[in-house]
Amino acid sequence: MLLPPTGWNTGVLRDAARAGRMETDVMTLQVSRRQALALAAGGLAAATGVLPTAALAKNDADEIIKSFTGGKEPLKGKVKLDLPEIAENGNTVPMTVSVESPMTDASYVTEILIVADQNPRAGVVHFRLSPLSGVAEANTRIRLAETQNVIALAKMNDGAVFTDSKLVKVTIGGCGG
Amino acid sequence: MADVKPRIRLDKKTAQKGDLVEVKTLVSHVMESGQRRDSAGAVVPRKIINKFTVELNGKPLFAADLEPAISANPYMQFKFKAQESGTLTFTWIDDDGTKITAEEKITVS
Repeated sequence: MLLPPTGWNTGVLRDAARAGRMETDVMTLQVSRRQALALAAGGLAAATGVLPTAALAKNDADEIIKSFTGGKEPLKGKVKLDLPEIAENGNTVPMTVSVESPMTDASYVTEILIVADQNPRAGVVHFRLSPLSGVAEANTRIRLAETQNVIALAKMNDGAVFTDSKLVKVTIGGCGG
Repeated sequence: MADVKPRIRLDKKTAQKGDLVEVKTLVSHVMESGQRRDSAGAVVPRKIINKFTVELNGKPLFAADLEPAISANPYMQFKFKAQESGTLTFTWIDDDGTKITAEEKITVS
């Protein structure tokens, strides 16, 4: 039996062996290439859609996030945003944000930005930390006008940006709507 | 606003070097968002504390830029690693420029 060219996945190999005909091999190759393209396109969509909610923001959330990250794509992880799933009173919603970081002179979190995408104004609070902090964690009480996503962005001293977001259902809106 | 007395609590006033100290602060302030309307339909002008800073012996330790989305009577809680004894200076700055300040001592052994 002919050995198929290298670089094919094992599934293709198995199919090719079973069919034992050259056309099938070509067909399988075409399909797999198409699948590969589709996968690549999907991957791209996933990569650009890291903050899918921000695209639907009705306030200046996008601009604020962009100016904070400097156009960089924020990465998921490291940041943990603690908010209640359901906030009965949007006037005071307790919020804790923490970032995994050794907080030493060599590696620490410089800034944490909190953004709410459906508030009249997107900015919520902007924390500035230093290696003296010892641990990157802050807690405050925020206002949420309606059910929405709250997004946290953390900037490291090396310029990397990490993000986390959380959907909070608000029963009675804050901001005196 | 000179009569405002912020409430500050450190979970320990004396700490071992390297200990984490938790600081809780609360200050009375309306934090008027500038989004509300009064009974006559006129917008209530914005009046918030827009900046909060904490310094240890003059060195910046923690700061926050506040937006109208911070609740009335802003509460801030954070931690820091005890490195040296000294004075923590807390400053809240109002939209109109008024400053509310407070100090707290910490002893590190």
